[in-house]
Amino acid sequence: MRSKVVLRRLLRNKQARYGFIALLVLVLLAYVGPYFGNYDWTDKDFLAFMSAPDADHWWGTTSIGQDMYAITLRGMQKSIIIGLLVALISTGLAAIVGAFAGYFGGWVDKMLMWGVDLLLVLPSFLIISIISPQLGQGASWLWFVVLLAAFSWMITSRVVRSMTLAIREREYVLAAVYMGIPRWKIIFRHIVPNLSSLLIIDATLNVSGAIIGEAALSFFGFGIQPPDVSLGTLIADGSRNATGYPWLFAFPAGLLVALVLSVNMIGDGLRDALDPGSNS
Amino acid sequence: MGKYLLRRLAINVILVAIAASLAYMLAATTMNPRAAYEGRQPPVPEATIDATLNEYNLNDKVPVIQRYATWAGGVITGDFGKTWNGGSVNAEAGRRIMVSLRLMLIGTLLGFAVGVAVGAWSAVRQYKLSDRLTGVLSFVIMAIPVFVLATLLAIATYNLNQGVGHTLIEYTGEYNPKLAGWDQFVNRLNHLILPTISLSLGLIAYYSRIQRNMMLDVLNQDFVRTAMAKGLRRRTALIKHALRTALIPVATYFAFAFGTMFTGAIFTESIFSWHGMGAWLVDSIHQNDVNSVAAVTFFTAVCVLGAAFLSDVLVAALDPRVRVN
Repeated sequence: MRSKVVLRRLLRNKQARYGFIALLVLVLLAYVGPYFGNYDWTDKDFLAFMSAPDADHWWGTTSIGQDMYAITLRGMQKSIIIGLLVALISTGLAAIVGAFAGYFGGWVDKMLMWGVDLLLVLPSFLIISIISPQLGQGASWLWFVVLLAAFSWMITSRVVRSMTLAIREREYVLAAVYMGIPRWKIIFRHIVPNLSSLLIIDATLNVSGAIIGEAALSFFGFGIQPPDVSLGTLIADGSRNATGYPWLFAFPAGLLVALVLSVNMIGDGLRDALDPGSNS
Repeated sequence: MGKYLLRRLAINVILVAIAASLAYMLAATTMNPRAAYEGRQPPVPEATIDATLNEYNLNDKVPVIQRYATWAGGVITGDFGKTWNGGSVNAEAGRRIMVSLRLMLIGTLLGFAVGVAVGAWSAVRQYKLSDRLTGVLSFVIMAIPVFVLATLLAIATYNLNQGVGHTLIEYTGEYNPKLAGWDQFVNRLNHLILPTISLSLGLIAYYSRIQRNMMLDVLNQDFVRTAMAKGLRRRTALIKHALRTALIPVATYFAFAFGTMFTGAIFTESIFSWHGMGAWLVDSIHQNDVNSVAAVTFFTAVCVLGAAFLSDVLVAALDPRVRVN
């Protein structure tokens, strides 16, 4: 079984192993950690503004008395969810658009690739920055996820397209064609599964890309809107006072880097396990 | 070849036009330049606001199609309109492009040169301690977003300056306008240190990984062995034969980075208070500056497409196999 071989290779890969352990610890910290803290993330301690880390507030407090420990973990939860959702949507979109363009060819291909070119030329930062603060409260962060995903699938879809062009002529695809299986079914049953290595690697690296992208937009106030928090908004708030109150910056920034690093390590390990020929 | 170039140019012109028009439409329908005039003390009469906004082609009471037509007519003749407070977008863009260029030229070149050198060096010393060390280091640097890196650098410099007792390294702005002549030149260089580090570290990490992989591909090939067999010194063989071939892919990335250099660095400029193109993008969104947003989009699209073209030309120039096909 190929999946078993891949799994064994993955577990033997030191980088991937450390990456998995680190990610597991971080996810546990984000989701289980808040139950051990003394405060809820919505609590405000009016007796402690900007207080340094101590036994009561483990990671210090913010300028309005929020507990840094609770609020940072809450922000990390949001960053993790955003990363996963964006990666899922954008890799799915890349697979579908690339496979359809490559398999159908002709004007479908031309139109889709033209759309890809257009999206690559449009400055994504600007468009997301203009739209996302207008979205208002409530489910706005889901729209933010959609926007981030909409601008991060194009390059992968080009790779998928060129690989589809090669797979299209394989015997098993031709056999399926002669059996009269509809074309969309061939794409989902025979073409996309054969690109799974590429897609899995891409999805993993998209997670870290999305986490950084979210933080980058939130850094300027164009991403997650208050009162909701993410690692990006926390880093933005913290960096303004980073010299005098380092705990405001150090904890969210450190966790962001740790998160991105562990996901990248897994991605690199996956690449080695799924695609031993590559040396990148 | 001429036909191909013409077709490519035509497609690019259409892409730029669509990108800029979409950005204009989006900005014109969602942004509210009126807000900058409405909340003032003493209050400004509405008729005055309308007249001012009309003059700048920013009045939201005029149908968006009409505003678009005025804007597009201006752009075709090379006039990008007025900023939210009446300045010329063209003049502002010209000034800011130079600021971005002064900021990024050294950083981009340094990132490329050091990145290639580090990559080639660690490929030659594959699996030795130095190779592993640079590998881990670049992996970590690539995981640090530039706004975290820039803030860390600023904190470190602040503490260093506090420790020394005077401003050893500047960490904000482009230059001190009080100085003149040679002093000002030195002052400008001092202001460049931090932004250049924060720009080039990421580039070095990125280029060194690509260069290392390319170099490893080339090192075991026959022509390198032949070069050494015919009596070239190892150093000459590596630099003249191996490195030169392995440079092609990195050079195309570099051409791309060079072309997009004019669009500025959003985070580095904002954090270190340089008023270049990248900071303009953020400022114009915050100030509801519709025409500036459209101009930045137009300019970015031109730069990206120009850079893509530049990197294709460079591949053809460096790699004979591409030219033959």
